[in-house]
Amino acid sequence: MINYAMVIDTTACIGCGDCVVACKNENHVPAGLNRDWVVEETRGEYPHLHTEFRSERCNHCGHATCVTNCPTGASQYWKDTNIVLVAAEKCTGCKACIAACPYDARLIMHPQGYIDKCTFCHHRLEQGLDPACVSTCPTGCMYFGILNDPDSQISRLLRSRTHKTLLPETGNIPNVYYLV
Amino acid sequence: MVEELLVTARYNAKVDPSLAIWSWEIPVYLFLGGLTAGIMCFAAYAVLARKAADMPFTHDRFALWAPVVLSVGMTALFLDLEHKLYVFRFYTSFEPASPMSWGAWILVLVYPLMVLQTLSTLRRGYPALAGWIEQLPFGSAALDQSERFRTPVATLVIPLAAGLGIYTGVLLSAFSARPFWNTGLLGPLFLVSGLSTAGALALIGARLDCEKHFFTRTDITLIGIELTLIVLLIINLATGAAQQQEAVHLILGGDYTVPFWLWFVLPGLLVPVVLETFELRGICRFSLAASLLVLYGGFMLRYLTVELGQVSTWTDYAIQFDPQLLLRLTH
Repeated sequence: MINYAMVIDTTACIGCGDCVVACKNENHVPAGLNRDWVVEETRGEYPHLHTEFRSERCNHCGHATCVTNCPTGASQYWKDTNIVLVAAEKCTGCKACIAACPYDARLIMHPQGYIDKCTFCHHRLEQGLDPACVSTCPTGCMYFGILNDPDSQISRLLRSRTHKTLLPETGNIPNVYYLV
Repeated sequence: MVEELLVTARYNAKVDPSLAIWSWEIPVYLFLGGLTAGIMCFAAYAVLARKAADMPFTHDRFALWAPVVLSVGMTALFLDLEHKLYVFRFYTSFEPASPMSWGAWILVLVYPLMVLQTLSTLRRGYPALAGWIEQLPFGSAALDQSERFRTPVATLVIPLAAGLGIYTGVLLSAFSARPFWNTGLLGPLFLVSGLSTAGALALIGARLDCEKHFFTRTDITLIGIELTLIVLLIINLATGAAQQQEAVHLILGGDYTVPFWLWFVLPGLLVPVVLETFELRGICRFSLAASLLVLYGGFMLRYLTVELGQVSTWTDYAIQFDPQLLLRLTH
């Protein structure tokens, strides 16, 4: 199985939101809906505050509860990878996958009624391109690659830098990593 | 201090500012599914315990309500689907890890048994309806066969109906992403509540005093078990992980404290227990009021549980983007 992952350097992210705009343009995400977003997290007590920006999206979990909870198999892994996609022709719009996501990273596509979400731009991967958000990032703080290839750029980054994932305690095995 | 703000616009419908994917339809389905399970169990019990004389309503007239009630529930479930034309997809695969898939297939087993159980009661319980069915091709044979297999069907109905009742709770408890739902006690709680609401419905339909007394006694016991399970559920969540502690705080001082205790526990469980106790001791006759309150409580349990699960979450961003502000700008 190919384990794709995204690595985002929070020390280089400036929270410009270009990744959000790139995604909307690339995937024709309808107005009012977002597949990715940027969070500003501030920790500590004044004057000892620490702020980080995080570009967030579906974590394409290794143990995706949205896939296991889907009653029709519409929510599924793409080919032999960890990329979670929704097959519109199998989706009843029951919304179980939305309830099952601890990251609240899935959205309802109106008016068609099927569930839509980040796809890691798998259509671009087939052409050898990075996801649109990664390609667009003006500070170059986003990286994409194969986690189980020890020579990939993301593997080297994760070996050399302190990093974290969001809510690993859910057991979902998220695949978006943040360098801190 | 940790503060997480969304710095780009995100206001996904039904996800932000807090999850609101399931409205009245799912609570109605869960309530009527549990009620159906209860009806089937009591109707089967009356057959297996040979209570035709003592409990004529339960023995001969109650089973018909199960398909009616479940069909209304299934209609509510269908109305909730966003992609309605693809409803058949529930039956093009079986997903063993998905409780909802199990539920869809359990219904395939429940419906035929329910129809057989109902057919076997019609000649005694609803002779006019039985007469109409006898005029249909194979109608008379269907009634004959259902009566012939009445006891084996009743034997099968009890575990299957109990499975349906438990399933209505497991459906929610399987969502580990929703801290308020993520407890194994929801299955038994919804089963007991389903039995209790079915007992209350039987109390409305029953005419004989001995049958009424049976259901009054049974309902008091079931409500006692339900209250015990609610206390256990609160202990379970309150001693759980941080997310579960936050979730249970919603009903212990948080935003849902008044709805939970004053709109559900008091009128839906405590008041009916008092009224049914008075009824049992012959002090007053409150059976209709008690039954209606139990039914109301059964629905409120599902409604509030569905709400509480959606409000409780692992992620908690402060949403800065307010689409209402944009609307104000454009008008």
